[in-house]
Amino acid sequence: MTTISWFESYWAGMKSEVGGKAASLGEMTGAGLPVPPGFAICTSAYRRARDESDLDAQIARILHGLDVHDTDSVTARCSEIRQLIATMPIPEGIELQIRGAYLELSARAGTKEVPVAVRSSATSEDSPDASFAGEHDTYLWVRGGEDVIDAVRRCWASLFTDRATCYRVEMGYDHRSVEMCVVVQKMVHPKAAGVAFTLDPTNGDRSQVAIDAAWGFGEAVVAGEVTPDNYRVDKVMLDITRRIVSAKTHEYVLTDHDTVEKVETDPERASAPCLTDNELKAIARLAKTAERHYGCPQDIEWAVDADLPDGENIILLQSRPETVWSKKGPTRVVAPGSNTGDFMSSIVSTLMSPLYSKSDDSS
Amino acid sequence: MAAKFPLPSEITTPPGAEGWQELYSYSSTFSEARREYEDSMFWFQDGVHWPKALLPWDASLMELAIMALGQYNTRHLLVPPANGIDYRIVNGYTYLSPVPAPEGDIPMRAEQFMQRAGHYFVNWNELYDNWLVKIRDLVQQMEALDFSPLPDVEPLDVVTSGAGKGAGGQIQANYLTLLTCASTLWQYHFEFLNLGYAAYLDFFGFCKQAFPGISDLAIAKMVAGVEVDLFRPDEELKRLARMAVDTGITDAFESGDVETTCAALKAAGEPGQAWISSFQQSAEPWFNFSTGSGFSSQDKIWIENVEIPFDFIKNYISNLQSGADINRPTEAISAERDRIVSEYSALLASDEDREAFAGKLGLARVVFPYVENHNFYVEHWSHSVIWRKMKQVGAVLAKEGFFESPEDIFYLKRHEVPDALFDLYHAWAAPAAPAGPSYWPPIVARRKAIVEALNAVKPTPALGVPPEVVTEPFTIMLWGITSESIANWLGGGASEDGSLNGMAASPGVEEGPARVIFGPDQINEVQEGEILVAPLTAPSWAPIFGKIKATVTDTGGMMSHAAIVCREYGLPAVTGTGFATSLIKTGQRIRVDGSNGKVTMLD
Repeated sequence: MTTISWFESYWAGMKSEVGGKAASLGEMTGAGLPVPPGFAICTSAYRRARDESDLDAQIARILHGLDVHDTDSVTARCSEIRQLIATMPIPEGIELQIRGAYLELSARAGTKEVPVAVRSSATSEDSPDASFAGEHDTYLWVRGGEDVIDAVRRCWASLFTDRATCYRVEMGYDHRSVEMCVVVQKMVHPKAAGVAFTLDPTNGDRSQVAIDAAWGFGEAVVAGEVTPDNYRVDKVMLDITRRIVSAKTHEYVLTDHDTVEKVETDPERASAPCLTDNELKAIARLAKTAERHYGCPQDIEWAVDADLPDGENIILLQSRPETVWSKKGPTRVVAPGSNTGDFMSSIVSTLMSPLYSKSDDSS
Repeated sequence: MAAKFPLPSEITTPPGAEGWQELYSYSSTFSEARREYEDSMFWFQDGVHWPKALLPWDASLMELAIMALGQYNTRHLLVPPANGIDYRIVNGYTYLSPVPAPEGDIPMRAEQFMQRAGHYFVNWNELYDNWLVKIRDLVQQMEALDFSPLPDVEPLDVVTSGAGKGAGGQIQANYLTLLTCASTLWQYHFEFLNLGYAAYLDFFGFCKQAFPGISDLAIAKMVAGVEVDLFRPDEELKRLARMAVDTGITDAFESGDVETTCAALKAAGEPGQAWISSFQQSAEPWFNFSTGSGFSSQDKIWIENVEIPFDFIKNYISNLQSGADINRPTEAISAERDRIVSEYSALLASDEDREAFAGKLGLARVVFPYVENHNFYVEHWSHSVIWRKMKQVGAVLAKEGFFESPEDIFYLKRHEVPDALFDLYHAWAAPAAPAGPSYWPPIVARRKAIVEALNAVKPTPALGVPPEVVTEPFTIMLWGITSESIANWLGGGASEDGSLNGMAASPGVEEGPARVIFGPDQINEVQEGEILVAPLTAPSWAPIFGKIKATVTDTGGMMSHAAIVCREYGLPAVTGTGFATSLIKTGQRIRVDGSNGKVTMLD
């Protein structure tokens, strides 16, 4: 059984081993939609840790005779179980693999101890626990092997929240029937971030990707707190067809204490373009891939990660369908039912009013 | 528009150029009699084809070209909105003024145009194949014209064959034939050209409507041919460089001097000989390639200045030796073209749009080989032959003391040449002393001084009252004259933020040090990584496009030859800036934004 599954080596057959969240991250990575890099610690790891300890017996003992309506008792007992899991020994081989994977992820980010998010990813197939997925834990800005191991155990422990535990007891489900995969994913550390549309929002031109970008975390762009740099990249040619660089006066940056803080940007940096041409093209490629993957124009959030090497540093944070122009549908040139074979009339009208004579300012 | 250009009647003569009007035919200069009309029109200077003051004889090819353009628009095809172009020479520079068709004639013209142009579009390939035959025949006919010095005595067979005529009359007749050939050449040129542009514009307009943000490059790439005759001279240079590397004779090129190289090649035995004969094969016709627009007798032609192709070949050899790949990946270019077409097509809104797109693209591709290739056949190959023949005529006259050098012939107007030839003919027949040796040298000397004085003054970009909007399609396509560029000229060059605006001729953004050059003679000054700034560029500069980052020109539109070549070589280019060569200094750092037609001075 695999213990560690990197997002990029995920395939559909692994879904039951990694749970919904990890499966979706793996699918996206495989589809060329680069989420922040990371790996899943498969359910087998939890199973071995559980089976190689006396956890089941302990749980049975603690829950023996539980009255699900006695909230105090439920809270106390579940908390005891969670405490138990959060401190239980992990089989040495598994712990080494987790630490090894974390080291590898750190190396990819060019650092020793990369900050990661550790999240639970319950296996949800046919399991009512799916509805509790949101309750499972997420730990942000975790640094160092020791803390990662600790967070992994606490994620496992989150199988025994009060509500989930009561639910299983009431429904008569075996506590062994639910398993937990844990996702370890690099925290995004944006050099620059922003949004992108897979069409030109000013005129619905489907051949363009419109990119708004500013320094640091994307909050400033999404909330409209700064005037971002504005670009158009041709979807087919990947040419930069428009480039408006604005003074981006503020940015959200990561502090030494792993918090995000709004700071003023020094004027020279503020007026400098926050993306290189190669980054712009990579974002356009990403937007194009998202559009193809989801089958309709997309509105995406992205970041350029400062820690990752060129070529791996463009990160997709979110993709959702674009709504304004998608509702109108693309702009037709030829009226339905007209005769497209009459090229001479078309040439004559082109000569009578060549587009190039018109002032070229559609924006 | 408040500002305006000087009126033709307000233009003064540069010092030292007094009497310049005698260099050109009476009909080509502004005159008191036509003043009212002339002052009412808008005239723009054509620096794309005639960047320097015209030599008297060189004006002939300009006049024939402009005449033929008008003839086809007005009398053959009846292009609905556009008649021909009127021209004047002012202080040696060519000014053009498009003549619109009368508004009321447009419906009638449209009907005629559909029939006439329609015939060409439907039968394009057949007609174009025939055109290639016609043009080769014409070149052959010109090549065959004999301009040898007159013989002391006619050969016996001239007498015994009963021909009844001789060399003196023949040289006169041959000169007139050469002029007739030149006129035919320019009629052939416009037989197809504007139709080619029209079909291209139609596809262009469709793309811009469907995808307002699409770049000109994307459209050009969908249409552009993969194998293009205009790029063939450059391809031949690369082929010869590869041959030298493959056969191990690269040492011969080390000196960089033609004579030494040729001697070394001959000494290199079989492979050297093979290379020389391969060079000679490439040279005809491909090195009949001018370093300029092809419109000046003074521009160098590769085949007559072998050091130029040799230099380029030497450069390619050293690229090859340092492991560079100088091949043009035609298969990849072809595959890329297919990809671009299918992706844009997929982005269209409906099947009707896709059908129209495919139809217009199909037609544009049928017509485009002419647009790309004619430049080689007409301005380079045929003109090279004309210049060569004219130098032969000049040599005949120089031999008899009419000129100091054969090239002085270009300081005669075309209708002065028959007079000189008659003088020679009579003097040969009598025999008697010709008047020419005392008559022409002072005239040539004076005219040389005038041309020099004219060249010292930069021409104003336009004359007269600019139109509210420029709509004439060919003015825009060929010369890059738009409402914006006129406003730009009136503004005197740089805008408030110190940048220059021009045509977004080939997209991309590059920064680097500028290299300002004014003609092909300075090509060798261009260094790796520089941005070329020139009045205009010629297709024959292609071999240096590998080392420059971008190009900025004073003149030219998106279909100017410079723009076509820049797109082919993937170089950002801004054309038609009007003032780049006067405002930018060599070494100055500039940013060229070929996508937005903007040049920014960084220091």
